Amino acid sequence: MINENGDVILSVSDLYAEVDGTEILKGLNLQVKAGEIHAVMGLNGSGKSTLSKVLAGHPEYHVTHGDVLFRGKPLLDLEAHERSLAGIFLAFQYPLEIPGVSNLDFLRVAYNAQRKAKGLDEIDVFDFDDLIEEKLDVVKMDASFLERSVNEGFSGGEKKRNEILQMALLEPKLAILDETDSGLDIDALKTVAQGVNQLTTPDNAVVLITHYQRLLNYITPDYVHVMADGRIIKTGPKELALELEERGYDWVLADAKVEAAV
Amino acid sequence: MSPTVQTLVTQPYKYGFVTDIESEVIPRGLSEDVIRLISAKKNEPEFMLEFRLKAYRKWLTMTEPTWPNVEYPPIDYQGIIYYSAPKQQAKKLNSLDEVDPTLLETFDKLGIPLSEQKRLTNVAVDAIFDSVSVATTFKEQLAEQGIIFCSISEAVQEHPELVQKYLGSVVPVGDNYFAALNSAVFSDGSFVYIPKNTQCPMDLSTYFRINNGDSGQFERTLIVAEEGSSVTYLEGCTAPMYDSNQLHAAIVELVALDNAEIKYSTVQNWFAGDENGKGGIYNFVTKRGLCVGMNSKISWTQVETGSAITWKYPSCVLVGDNSVGEFYSVALTNNLQQADTGTKMVHVGKNTRSTIISKGISAGRSNNSYRGLVKIGPKAEGARNYSQCDSMLIGDTAGANTFPYIQVQNNSARVEHEASTSKIGEDQLFYLAQRGISPEDAVSMIISGFCKDVFNKLPMEFAAEADKLLSLKLENSVG
Repeated sequence: MINENGDVILSVSDLYAEVDGTEILKGLNLQVKAGEIHAVMGLNGSGKSTLSKVLAGHPEYHVTHGDVLFRGKPLLDLEAHERSLAGIFLAFQYPLEIPGVSNLDFLRVAYNAQRKAKGLDEIDVFDFDDLIEEKLDVVKMDASFLERSVNEGFSGGEKKRNEILQMALLEPKLAILDETDSGLDIDALKTVAQGVNQLTTPDNAVVLITHYQRLLNYITPDYVHVMADGRIIKTGPKELALELEERGYDWVLADAKVEAAV
Repeated sequence: MSPTVQTLVTQPYKYGFVTDIESEVIPRGLSEDVIRLISAKKNEPEFMLEFRLKAYRKWLTMTEPTWPNVEYPPIDYQGIIYYSAPKQQAKKLNSLDEVDPTLLETFDKLGIPLSEQKRLTNVAVDAIFDSVSVATTFKEQLAEQGIIFCSISEAVQEHPELVQKYLGSVVPVGDNYFAALNSAVFSDGSFVYIPKNTQCPMDLSTYFRINNGDSGQFERTLIVAEEGSSVTYLEGCTAPMYDSNQLHAAIVELVALDNAEIKYSTVQNWFAGDENGKGGIYNFVTKRGLCVGMNSKISWTQVETGSAITWKYPSCVLVGDNSVGEFYSVALTNNLQQADTGTKMVHVGKNTRSTIISKGISAGRSNNSYRGLVKIGPKAEGARNYSQCDSMLIGDTAGANTFPYIQVQNNSARVEHEASTSKIGEDQLFYLAQRGISPEDAVSMIISGFCKDVFNKLPMEFAAEADKLLSLKLENSVG
């Protein structure tokens, strides 16, 4: 839902960032308000995933210029775990495996870290069991997932659902979904999309990073941004995604170059 | 500063205090006279003096092993004090009330309260301070069931026939350089005897404390489980922080008769030296269990986090048919620590089985080697072994090695060996951080997951302690 008067959740201005000495983001601007869903699309190598890692604070990505405000406060000085505690959630394109650590323990520790940061008491094992039971419904996951090691031996679809389960549990203000649709069959895609839709409220916002329009059949974005060469070169309504699907990216790139030349 | 896995800082060692207590020490150095003096001080029977002298003469002909993957300057064996005892302990104590309060306080501070009111209710403790045992709890209660739990010095006096029968029966006096040294000069340690068909009603435990900066600690533990009996034994250790290195050369011997079971767990936290490798304990220990009886079982579980250098291979000799040996180990090294540790499983009897699970974690500039021998003798029909050795590296400057030795002399045996090396990745840490988990908690979560198979084998109280210990040791190892 487009929300002209909504609170600004994320404000990125003229952002430059590099990894291993290679500049990837080159003057990116983006503003996201509460209640909005933004889709960021673009070809491989356009910097989409880098954007998500820079916002989440991956230590190997360095910002060389520009600012990011998250809910009005400077974000870039915070370490990754502090950004999470402030309300940023990244659903990973490739969720990591943590052998020997049960998913349930991991989820509880993460949840309690968030509670502690809010000045609340940690909740005990029993209350947590009740809570997680509810959240499992959002992604239609079986309780047996909780006993397995974090993401270990999970199929691609199970890993992605596990990401959305974490999102449901941690209730972030800003969720960035990095290619959450990649590697999903149609049923899993629907489940994930329904989960995300269920979790969107007027108070939070979602940034969907995706290659394809496919996911956007199930999650309707308020804005579609096209990224190329480390910048957002075009922004449009949800119909832009369909147009991209039909016509490819060349025309947008050509337009952008023309504009740049003018 | 962004968290990286590179920077490694040590957590201050919280057991590093020195107890100010007057000690009776003998002059530095080692000779037959010194051995006679130690034996005389302990008022030992003739067979003990003979045992010691035989070991000493053997030791003189031996050389220090050079094969372990560790480096240290030569040890001056004439510079060590071989006997140090708190003064008051010279006379025999009738009850705990007579123990020097300073000593009780020391053990309180270490979290091992000994006094009647505060002592642990589910564990009987033998507390050893430098060269002598200062107190043993629940001794009388255990005696009612015929269980003997006392210091080895006391056992020599009260039960010489048992000591004579079993001492050196598992680790002969000339077994190796440090075992020979221990056999010559050992000052105290624990003795356990579980009679036939008796399940020891509580866990037994020895807590070793080195206090004197110039004395070595040479203790000796002997556990005998008669037919059909069982016992769980825990061992803990700490030492003050000194600039100099101290030698700790212990021997543990376990004997399991028919259908007996011994479970031996260690949490070793000797002072490891500072972050520049100054000071710390040289932990050169021989531990061996003899499954002499049919269907007997010996299980070693160890969590090794301390010591400047660790050299130990808790082993099982599986003589009885169908006997079982197990070794579960977590060895963590940080800063400049060196560990060369593992196990030996020697299959002699038919259908003997052994399991080895070893987890090595190396951080800082430390070096951590697993060395293990699986030997299947010609008569060990149907013997089976499963070994799994996993190493985890934290940062780019630590080393991990695996040296498995497998000798099979019987075609019906089955031996499986699996090994892996992994690294705590920045991406794993980032994943956990992205869920709000702090870098320290993230590292300890990954480590506990890595060690889970071993922690599951530890007695409950120990498992929690081990988990805590590992995270303390690695605190600030990121960031």
